[in-house]
Amino acid sequence: MDASRTAMSVEPATVQRVAGLARIAITPEEAERLAPELGNILGWIEQLGEVDTSGVAPMTAVIPNHLRLRDDVVTDGDVRDKVLSNAPQGEHGFFTVPKVIE
Amino acid sequence: MTDLTDLGVAAIRDGVRGGDFSAREVADAFIGAVAAAKPLNAFLIETPDHAIAAAKAADDARAAGEAPKPLAGVPIGMKDLFCTQGVETTAASAILKGFVPPYESTVSGKLWSAGAGMLGKLNLDQFAMGSSNETSAFGNVVSPWRRPGDTAPLAPGGSSGGSSAAIAARLCPAATGTDTGGSIRQPAAFVGITGIKPTYGRCSRFGVVAFASSLDQAGPMARDVRDCAIMLEAMSGFDPKDSTSLDLPVPAWEAGLNADLTGKRVGIPKEYRVDNMPPEIEALWQRGIDWLKEAGAEIVEVSLPHTKYALPAYYIIAPAEASSNLARYDGVRYGQRVLPEGAGLQDMYAATRAAGFGDEVKRRILIGTYVLSAGFYDAYYTQAQKVRTLIARDFEAAWEQCDVLLTPTAPSAAFALGEKSADPIAMYLNDVFTVPSSLAGLPAMSVPGGVDKDGLPLGLQIIGRPLDEQGVLNAGLAIEQRAGFVARAERWW
Repeated sequence: MDASRTAMSVEPATVQRVAGLARIAITPEEAERLAPELGNILGWIEQLGEVDTSGVAPMTAVIPNHLRLRDDVVTDGDVRDKVLSNAPQGEHGFFTVPKVIE
Repeated sequence: MTDLTDLGVAAIRDGVRGGDFSAREVADAFIGAVAAAKPLNAFLIETPDHAIAAAKAADDARAAGEAPKPLAGVPIGMKDLFCTQGVETTAASAILKGFVPPYESTVSGKLWSAGAGMLGKLNLDQFAMGSSNETSAFGNVVSPWRRPGDTAPLAPGGSSGGSSAAIAARLCPAATGTDTGGSIRQPAAFVGITGIKPTYGRCSRFGVVAFASSLDQAGPMARDVRDCAIMLEAMSGFDPKDSTSLDLPVPAWEAGLNADLTGKRVGIPKEYRVDNMPPEIEALWQRGIDWLKEAGAEIVEVSLPHTKYALPAYYIIAPAEASSNLARYDGVRYGQRVLPEGAGLQDMYAATRAAGFGDEVKRRILIGTYVLSAGFYDAYYTQAQKVRTLIARDFEAAWEQCDVLLTPTAPSAAFALGEKSADPIAMYLNDVFTVPSSLAGLPAMSVPGGVDKDGLPLGLQIIGRPLDEQGVLNAGLAIEQRAGFVARAERWW
């Protein structure tokens, strides 16, 4: 089985930065643990660089299809209670969240 | 009297129609089987009332002389990736614990309209990410299969591990699965059942918890080809709520089943003969070739030159799409919320997602975020999408020379739980034969072909042209008829 991997080093700081982009809190210990794991996976992925893709368009649709448009009429809505039915916290018909603005 | 749980979908459908037994008797038999099978951990939630209500509707309709619905009297399992109205849907993740959808997925809704009943929600790998059902937040699924003289729990495959285990253990005659990189086909192969991933766009993705939108497809899993055809007809069809849904009529796949392959060409892709391929799998592949020849097909060797790049391309594209799809789990509108003392909104997002996502999910979100981030997007994501075009072109070229392709489904039989969880890449390699057809959106199915030296099931995969599910089902039927697969997991639970 082709599991060719080139060494790729990913720093814990990079893991922290990416986790920040992904809005997932990670501890320094987790960043240390994840860095070689991600490096391993990314190193394995590197082999894609071998492929000559000059002149090849990236695939945008798996099966050729047109994005449909529909008539601009209201066909749904007025279901506020359903929409809020799974809210972890809701008040007065709104989702509530902690303070956003400092 | 036959044990009703030994019957498949067609036999149940026809038996109920013919009055051989009532739908209620069938439902009770499977409800009992489900309740007695907790050690498998295949079901996250049992819904006997739903199955009984559907059975009653079927029996009442028959008594009133009404025309029977396509799946009247058939109870099934529903992978817990499909939103079921009023019934908790978790995608096997803590982050969705307690989420009760106020709407029904299109695919599950079609099955209920067809008369099927729901026995429960089936366990899976978390957010469909995995090949062994070891990433569920609610415990591993244990395969009903064991190696002889060994009680070590085996993997049922993944991500549709609850579905595969339940069918193999006769807890339900059929179930829904989803397949993004092999998650219907590989678990089907591991437990000796049949499963098909249709052409991308055949089944609606509305209400299916999204993993990788350009790859995800719902599909049936059942004990034989005919049952899969029956289920797939009920599950397929245009849905305006899915922008990628194909606006094409659903063919009558069951009626079109024909195992005579005279005039058909079967391609054998040479790049699927990988290094260190277990000899038993090589031998099974050869037997499959012989069976299809017997069925009248011409065998052709073909080349799919970019095959080896399919897995790395997939492990860029799928995590990238997942990182986008899973951004919605933020503790605001549904699912779990973690709100540390004094936390602001961003902290709430970060804490909720850290607590709610399992390790493999986090790993894939991080990979996806990395390959999409500024400075890396072109080198990784764009390159992977270009390689994807080349992989699709390889298949297009192959269709000049053949009508279907035959390959093994998985590079091994089922492994023990825990055996591969240390190295993510070892786990990813399970998908080596299934991923290319996922990237190209092609219909593909696994049928049981034989067993290995431990008596564990091995599967053969048929890949077909876009929209040619019939060709795939027919070749699958030709193999099924000749393979004579009757091996069955011995009940240990």
